[in-house]
Amino acid sequence: MPLKFPSFRSRREEYPERLWTRCPSCEEQLFNKQLEKAMSVCPTCGHHFRLPAPVRLSQLLDEGTFMERDPGLISEDPLAFVDQKAYPDRIAAAQLATGLRDAVIWGIGQIEGQRVAVVVMDFGFMGGSMGAVVGEKVARAAEGALAERVPLVVVSASGGARMQEGTLALMQLAKTMAALERLRAAHVPYLSVLSDPTTGGVFASYAVMGDVNLAEPNALIGFAGARVGAGTIGQELPPGFQRSEFLFRHGFIDRVVQRPDLRRELAQLLRYLSPEAPEAARG
Amino acid sequence: MVDRIRNLGRDGGRGDDREGKERDDQSTAAAPDPKAAVWARVQLARNLRRPRTLELVAEMADEFIELHGDRLFGDDEAIVAGLATIDGHRVAVIGQQKGADTEENVRRNFGMPHPEGYRKAMRVMELAERSGLPVVTFVDVPGAHPGPESEERGIAEAIARSVGLMTRLRTPIVTVITGEGGSGGALAIAVGDVVLALENAVYSVISPEGCASILWRTTDEAASAALAMRMTAADQLQLGVVDEVIAEPAEGAHTDPAGTARRLRTVIVRELDRLVAVPIDLLVDARYRRYRSLGAFTELPGVTPTPPIASRPGLADRLRSLLEAGQRAIPAPLPVGRRDEPPAREDS
Repeated sequence: MPLKFPSFRSRREEYPERLWTRCPSCEEQLFNKQLEKAMSVCPTCGHHFRLPAPVRLSQLLDEGTFMERDPGLISEDPLAFVDQKAYPDRIAAAQLATGLRDAVIWGIGQIEGQRVAVVVMDFGFMGGSMGAVVGEKVARAAEGALAERVPLVVVSASGGARMQEGTLALMQLAKTMAALERLRAAHVPYLSVLSDPTTGGVFASYAVMGDVNLAEPNALIGFAGARVGAGTIGQELPPGFQRSEFLFRHGFIDRVVQRPDLRRELAQLLRYLSPEAPEAARG
Repeated sequence: MVDRIRNLGRDGGRGDDREGKERDDQSTAAAPDPKAAVWARVQLARNLRRPRTLELVAEMADEFIELHGDRLFGDDEAIVAGLATIDGHRVAVIGQQKGADTEENVRRNFGMPHPEGYRKAMRVMELAERSGLPVVTFVDVPGAHPGPESEERGIAEAIARSVGLMTRLRTPIVTVITGEGGSGGALAIAVGDVVLALENAVYSVISPEGCASILWRTTDEAASAALAMRMTAADQLQLGVVDEVIAEPAEGAHTDPAGTARRLRTVIVRELDRLVAVPIDLLVDARYRRYRSLGAFTELPGVTPTPPIASRPGLADRLRSLLEAGQRAIPAPLPVGRRDEPPAREDS
């Protein structure tokens, strides 16, 4: 990360949580306002912090262009699922903690003046897990993109399918893929951005299937949890296993993109792939 | 999954027999413990002597020609595919194949496919589409292989692509969950116009052991997880994931493979008769709607959209700790400067 900021290696003894955040990668104490300005990328080591969905939207879209669609979708509890805690209680807690209704927001917005259907996931809401609401919103986004013939951009951050909805959550893989196949057949482009983490059923459905796949640096991306893999096989895992660069090396990611460059790279790609590809938009 | 594989290797077939008897005892008992009853079914679904794809096909088809290889990397013996004639219907058959003994299980990787298995399946599905053959799939898989080679060769991509292909394949698809329907590794060949399940089959989004280790933090609660996920065939029928449950012969499929195949064959042939008569456009549309409508949610009317920037961009963790501290009302949207622009870079 060539970003250069003043070092915050101060002599302070205490770092109040409201003002400072410790980087989990380099352990540097970071002043929150500075971290915010750096798009939640550690100025010292380049660690990409996870982003709440509204923040991601504000980083990617032209200011004031985002119009949310289907904001009223909320999960039901079709299995009456209870583990240590009842599923509705988990949802309520997640809603309170994030201010979101489920782990995803979708709507129409613009990236450098180009209209897109955009889906952003939020790992803070039950691990970004995909239940019926996430599946439905992704499918509606794909159908919306198809109806309006605007490109689809999905930013994934998810631990996978939501266990509390059982096989109905698994069926969201089929639901989202069905909608994406129609989008692809109609030659409407789909850009997938994989952020930390993108695993399980989300990776094994829409996240991996972009016409172009971009990933943030060092994001955990994989199908099976790393511990499952290691435990099962009892063999040593390759270095950087299930990280963006590993996926890049094996041919499943087109480009590993630093967060400050993401918006520009998306806009650049859209200028080639947008169905209209208007001359005016070309720089 | 870890425990499952270990159990498969260690127990041989004997442990499952014991479980099978337990299950029978419980089914005759007056008030069976629901958790134990579900777990007994999981054990039945995993029974090592349960009939597999090749066995079922041999019983129900007049002819079967196996096809091998994905044309990209290799031939994955955890998935078998080929062409078969079932009561006059020429079809393509695809299914997972667990081994009958340890040696075969090593060869077939305990029925856990690598990406090339799913790519072989896709290749045969596309062949079926071009040749106007319906597709019949048999699903019995603990899960897709979770190791590094699997990830390196793109297990997620193979599953996603196969699921996508099946949602639009222009030929009828009949799917049968015959044993374990283990998550994405199952769904990858289980998207159909009609989804059938054998009585003692199970279908779940994650293995009960995996679910328990995450939500209960111990695999000892696998039975609780199995119950909570409602993974039995009967539950799946109620949820609409499965369309019809086929009764197994008295003691379970493993006690009468031929009888199981006969029952299965009757239903498969009936469904093939029905599906081949439907114009293909209608069929593919109905399949789209089937999967499009699965999942339960509520749509609240008149909800105000999330404002473009809901709160100051801080760290998720920090934000949450703030909110949980009861300061939910405080974070009013801060004036947003040119936050959408990348910070100036000295090298640009």
